[in-house]
Amino acid sequence: MNNSFLRVSIWVYLVIFFLYLLGPLVIMSVTAFNSSAFPRMTPWECLTFQWFGELFQDQRILNGIKNSLIIGAGTVVLSVAMGLAGALMLTQIWPKLRATYYTVIIAPILIPGVVLGISTLVFWDRINRMLGLGADSFLSNGIFLTVIGQSTFIASYCMLVLVARLQRYDVALTEAALDLGATHAQAFRKILLPFMRPAIASAAVLAFLASFENYNTTTFTFGEYPTLTIELAQKVRYGITPAISALAFLIVALTVFFALLNEAKLKRQELVAAARKKATVEELAGKIKLPSFFSGNMAAVLLVVFAVATITVVGTATAYNPGQCIANVKEQKRLEAEQRIQELRKQREEQRKKREAEEAEQGGAQQSAPKPSNNSGFGNVFAPNSLGGDAEEEGSDSETPPSNNGGFGGAFDPNSLQSDQ
Amino acid sequence: MSAGVGVDLENLWIRFGDFVAVRDANVNINGGDFFSFLGPSGCGKTTILRAVSGFLDPSEGKVLIGGNDMRGIGPNKRPTALIFQNLALFPLMKVWENITFSLEIKGASTAERRKRADELLDMIALPGQGDKLPSELSGGQRQRVAIARALCAEPDVLLLDEPLSALDLKLRQHMRTELREIQQRVGITFIYITHDQGEALTMSDNIAVMRAGVIDQIADGKTIYNDPNTAFAASFVGENNVFRGKIKQVMGNEALIATNRSGDLVARISTANQGKLKEGDDAMMFIRPEAFAIAPDGASGDHFVTARVTHEEFEGNVFNIFTEGDGGKEIKVSLPNLGQSFEDHTGQNITLEYETRNAVLVPAGELAAE
Repeated sequence: MNNSFLRVSIWVYLVIFFLYLLGPLVIMSVTAFNSSAFPRMTPWECLTFQWFGELFQDQRILNGIKNSLIIGAGTVVLSVAMGLAGALMLTQIWPKLRATYYTVIIAPILIPGVVLGISTLVFWDRINRMLGLGADSFLSNGIFLTVIGQSTFIASYCMLVLVARLQRYDVALTEAALDLGATHAQAFRKILLPFMRPAIASAAVLAFLASFENYNTTTFTFGEYPTLTIELAQKVRYGITPAISALAFLIVALTVFFALLNEAKLKRQELVAAARKKATVEELAGKIKLPSFFSGNMAAVLLVVFAVATITVVGTATAYNPGQCIANVKEQKRLEAEQRIQELRKQREEQRKKREAEEAEQGGAQQSAPKPSNNSGFGNVFAPNSLGGDAEEEGSDSETPPSNNGGFGGAFDPNSLQSDQ
Repeated sequence: MSAGVGVDLENLWIRFGDFVAVRDANVNINGGDFFSFLGPSGCGKTTILRAVSGFLDPSEGKVLIGGNDMRGIGPNKRPTALIFQNLALFPLMKVWENITFSLEIKGASTAERRKRADELLDMIALPGQGDKLPSELSGGQRQRVAIARALCAEPDVLLLDEPLSALDLKLRQHMRTELREIQQRVGITFIYITHDQGEALTMSDNIAVMRAGVIDQIADGKTIYNDPNTAFAASFVGENNVFRGKIKQVMGNEALIATNRSGDLVARISTANQGKLKEGDDAMMFIRPEAFAIAPDGASGDHFVTARVTHEEFEGNVFNIFTEGDGGKEIKVSLPNLGQSFEDHTGQNITLEYETRNAVLVPAGELAAE
């Protein structure tokens, strides 16, 4: 009994844990398909793919992605090269200095990114001036500065990854290559580098992801080349739309895709190795191709499911037209809004009558108008019309209806601040 | 068989800080020889090998290969190929790529490399295994691939650093014969490092016995076994019984030694020490376990030893009798099993007889650790 209780609690714990981990991502992804102008899951309005279209029409986002990719590529090249050099140095250096050297090389990870960003900016600005170059020189270029700034600490991450692999390297292999006539360069290129390749690949992925998601350092160095994170941060300040959910969904989907791809590939290699071990030389040539891609390869199966799902979704998206639904919802909202306006008017009317009556009685009246009530969880305190008060009622009639059914009452809705959409 | 390229070490010293790894080594290795450095671990034999292959420079003295001073010439420029203790096969390359790595460095075409790999694979009796990875081979096969890889570089001198130590006994014995055969087929100089005296004796033309950086003796296997220079060489190579004592009388090449318990015994002075050992010197006499015979009771004289039997054991091919000996160490007697019946002597005194030529006298010195 005690045992089963333990098992149940473990499952409960796991569920809670994964909810905590994945819940926000799932909700964010779902909001990308809701036609509501503010990213939310409930109330569900219409299934729509319009936010993906909007995302790909947003020049700032696209430009941000482009910059992020360029900077990511630059950071990968620079960080992996520096990380590899640092890792090699760590294995070569005089043992007594090793601990000190390690601390020095790891330090950038511990320094706040903001500090790195400022110092990068200041340092290269000094250099730039020392060389007598103008503000438009290469050294003050946003891409250059961001790559340099991010690499200062991403190189340390890369080094950690590379050192782990390098510690398993048998120096005798390099010696064997030298002994067989290779130069040091040849031994490095033909023996050490192939050995390091998996770690270099991991380090490159790590560097790219770290660069892609970096904000604190980049915010000081981007200059005229804002990255995606910078663009997102600037956008959020003016309120977010489900287009950002769509972007998040794409990133999640791509991550899952590549993770599955990698997993399937590893699993396949494992299976092939197992097959090779069993097979004799004669059988080998034919047998490697035989084990079907899926046998015992869960990741591969998931990958195919994923691919099928993607094709289905994209297919649906091209064929599906949510126009009717959106029109319905719009109509419904308009009706709701009208109804509410009617109610408001009625209330105002009553109030005015009351006030007049009171004024008639006392002369001085309080303005505490009872707030228009709707069903939102926050009692609509954030709703614009609760603040707007009297002035709003006339204008909102003909223009876009304020959607105030949400938890935040549309405070982040761009429509509530600017009416350019 | 070609004459091959010889290797000479002249007054070779190698120091690491204060530690002297090799002390004044002088060795002449003839071209085409199978030459072994034999010694316990840490005696400096691997250091010598690394100096010959070029991975470290001697502190003093010279390494000559084919008469040319090798100072300042890197390992990739020397006509040597080294087989590492752990073999150091390139794990990510297939067997044929491993074998022809030296050709790849020289820029040979793939077809050429494959052809050469096939030839060498035939030679090491692994035909058709070229497309496997080293990890898919057995220990003995990897061993042979390492040899093929070294031979593919067409070295004048092949250096082997205890390459058999990782193999199990059966395979090791098999590989001994195989290595010797390969050496005779290719006719180049082999320099072999080992701590296993069986390997050294069976394969080598000449052996250098090393102790703590010093070379005690250089000779062929028979000489080293039968006529050791030092107490260390006598006790390290093969099993040996030691008798400590003072020289009582020198009679030409023979001497009488006064031992504590066994009385005065006669022995042959080892060749290198003839004329050097004088009366009154501390000396050690060595007699191999198989050189004893059981004498009739009551026999006595200067080539008889009487001692109490502590225990006996039957080893199959030999019957071992252990008796109390001089200086705390047991005397081991191995009698060949020829189908005769063995009595149990435990607890009794027995008299052992030896021939003077089988008792070797050397100056007292350090014994090999057991």
